[in-house]
Amino acid sequence: MAGRSEPPGFLLTTLDKGVNWARTRSMWGAVFGLACCAIEMMATGASHNDLGRFGMEVFRASPRQADLMIVAGRVSQKMAPVLRQVYDQMSEPKWVISMGACASTGGMFNNYALVQGVDQVVPVDMYVPGCPPGPQSLMHGILTLHDKIMAGDIDR
Amino acid sequence: MSDTPDLATGNLEAPTTEAPPESAAQPSPTARQRREVHDAWVAGTEEPAWVREATDEGAQELLPEADDPAASSQRGIVVADDYVVEDDVDEEERQIINMGPQHPSTHGVLRLHLELEGEKIHRVKPIIGYLHTGMEKTAETLTYLQGGTNVTRMDYLSPFHNELVYSLAVEQLLGIDVPPRAEAIRILMTELNRIASHLVWIATQGMDVGAISMMLYGWRERELCLDFFEKVTGLRMNHNYVRPGGVAADLPDGWEDDVEVILTRIPAALAEYEEILNANPIFLDRTQGVGVITPEECRAFGVTGANARASGVDWDLRKAFPYSGIDRYDFDVPLGTHGDVYDRWLVRLEEIRQSLRIVSQVLATMPAGDYRTDDRKVTPPPRKRIDESMEALIHHFKLFTEGFKVPEGEVYQAVESPRGELGVYLVSNGGARPWRLHMRTPSFAHVQALPVMMTDSLVADIVATLASVDPVLGDVDR
Amino acid sequence: MTDAPQTESPAADEQTAAADPPVDVALDGLAAAVPGARFERLAAPTGHAQDVLVVDRDGYPDLVAAVHEAGYDVFVDLCAVDYLSRDPRFEVVVVLLDHDAGRRVRIRTGVPGGDPSIASITRVFPGANFYEREAFDLFGIDFEGHPDLTRILLPDDWEGHPLRKDYPVGSVPVQFKEAHKVT
Repeated sequence: MAGRSEPPGFLLTTLDKGVNWARTRSMWGAVFGLACCAIEMMATGASHNDLGRFGMEVFRASPRQADLMIVAGRVSQKMAPVLRQVYDQMSEPKWVISMGACASTGGMFNNYALVQGVDQVVPVDMYVPGCPPGPQSLMHGILTLHDKIMAGDIDR
Repeated sequence: MSDTPDLATGNLEAPTTEAPPESAAQPSPTARQRREVHDAWVAGTEEPAWVREATDEGAQELLPEADDPAASSQRGIVVADDYVVEDDVDEEERQIINMGPQHPSTHGVLRLHLELEGEKIHRVKPIIGYLHTGMEKTAETLTYLQGGTNVTRMDYLSPFHNELVYSLAVEQLLGIDVPPRAEAIRILMTELNRIASHLVWIATQGMDVGAISMMLYGWRERELCLDFFEKVTGLRMNHNYVRPGGVAADLPDGWEDDVEVILTRIPAALAEYEEILNANPIFLDRTQGVGVITPEECRAFGVTGANARASGVDWDLRKAFPYSGIDRYDFDVPLGTHGDVYDRWLVRLEEIRQSLRIVSQVLATMPAGDYRTDDRKVTPPPRKRIDESMEALIHHFKLFTEGFKVPEGEVYQAVESPRGELGVYLVSNGGARPWRLHMRTPSFAHVQALPVMMTDSLVADIVATLASVDPVLGDVDR
Repeated sequence: MTDAPQTESPAADEQTAAADPPVDVALDGLAAAVPGARFERLAAPTGHAQDVLVVDRDGYPDLVAAVHEAGYDVFVDLCAVDYLSRDPRFEVVVVLLDHDAGRRVRIRTGVPGGDPSIASITRVFPGANFYEREAFDLFGIDFEGHPDLTRILLPDDWEGHPLRKDYPVGSVPVQFKEAHKVT
């Protein structure tokens, strides 16, 4: 995320805000459910918690149509190349949320089978703690990511 | 092997620098040859030269199908002869399609290798392991008390069953009984868990055949159960609540009211589901006669639980090998006849009702008393005693750091999880950690039986069939 | 299609919780018929008693076929155990069920560490297919006669067999990269 060397003018600042606002209000997620966290991710998207309030109830099956990848669950050594491929297929701008302890650090499974932290495979913008994080935690993570986008530049 | 770990002293630290013995690590030449063929098939490259020489058919066919027992068993020839195999299809018509591991309808990270003849499925090969977590290895590094945190994450839709079967196995090796109240709490939680798990299944099955509203309804009702779980255990999933010796904590005050709410609201919801789907012509068309498996195939492939019962296999571990006092409660075992997706739907709906019956009986007859055994070997001293007695404090500390030792032995224990027979094979060498913990998970067998259900059906039926067997990939790959 | 699934109470009324099924005489006879096999019943203080057949590697396929003939036609489980310092080093454990009689049996077979191979039972129980692949993947036991003995859980190019006791648990140090502070 390279910052600008000179402070932008009034017009560009307003444009930045507008673009960022547009990005945060309809941030479509890629379907990337892996383990327990995927169940909580689905619960977040379902009726009781209703992720549609933040304009992201649509989880896209095609990575081409997705802006946000929520890595929900433990990433095995066998899955890591697949994950990277899905990430590479997503079009810019794209963000990654690492949901739960396993995706963030390997969690309690410090063994031969798991990638110890998905940040070894893809760049992560937001870590959501919990095992699994409840819907409220995930929504907090998403909203914090929105804040981050709003505060950032558009040419990320 | 000079510096072999010593079983007697419990020194499990193996020499890590030493490579495995050469003879053991290498598969025999035949195994390697088989693997070359498999790799070539997966990669779509040409097969090794020796196959071409052996079959003399050029580069098209890899494993000669007539001689391939896997192919014949997939098509059901081994156990039942109910499939029509058309031999006159042009080889050129066949195409191989890959489905998964990242696919919205594979319920996780299952991958299917489909060999198609037009719209028809000729062969299916499930490829698993994308969620392999090495839990059986991790279990060997955790004490028996810590083991619950590990196993509860296997089948994440029925965590209580995982904890229960593990605890029962440990208790059996230890030879300790749990008090009646602990048993009743275990039954209460596992049966509620069965309801929650089936509700997720209803949601996903409905969505996969096009009834998207079911997705919203199923999760709505599941939240009722999850709220109760959170109140009792502190977590919505992965509770580590059932532990060797009893349960982690007593039920909270007013738990009866919460269960009452569940008992009133879920039957109403079930009636709603039935009204939406049971006579819905679209739903019937997409489910009746789809994904059929016969009772003989169920037995041969280890298919258990609601999937086997939908085929008419009258087998429920709660009746056959009752555990945790489940035989004290009245309930029926619903059976299907056709073994298709629709019967699985009916059986699971009825199982929810039967589980509600059990829950209402537990509610009426919950015994008073302690929620864990008073055996000081596995149960820490009460909080009050720790303040008063140094010995109690030391005991508490040692129990949670070293853990308790379990006598040498081995045991196989099984419970009826929402998916089927969930078994654990536990081997202890007398130490404080399991020597080997193997989980016999129902979904593993069900995924293996998928080719039997799918072969010679249409591509469009894959998703309905796959959803109906209710695979949980954490359960498959562990 | 019937309107609703038939509800039946299966024959569980005959089996009360505490009473174990009587000792299976047939299993005892089977063990006597197959050389090197013996039968034992492990009493379980808090659960159901467990019938165990122990057999050596040569008699294993015959015994499995005989037990299948005797009515145990449901394949439940197959797994391996690495005892490391014991001889034979590995053990293959098969669990079978008899639905009609409500019986369960476990067959244990030793497999030497120097030559970890054993006959495949996929021709008797097609359901053993994935389980034998799993035991091959995690323990390196070669099941002779298996139609497709390849790795199942781990990637195809994996080296070693992780559930062996001389394979380290393995761990990768955790480090946070690309973690930015929210402004």
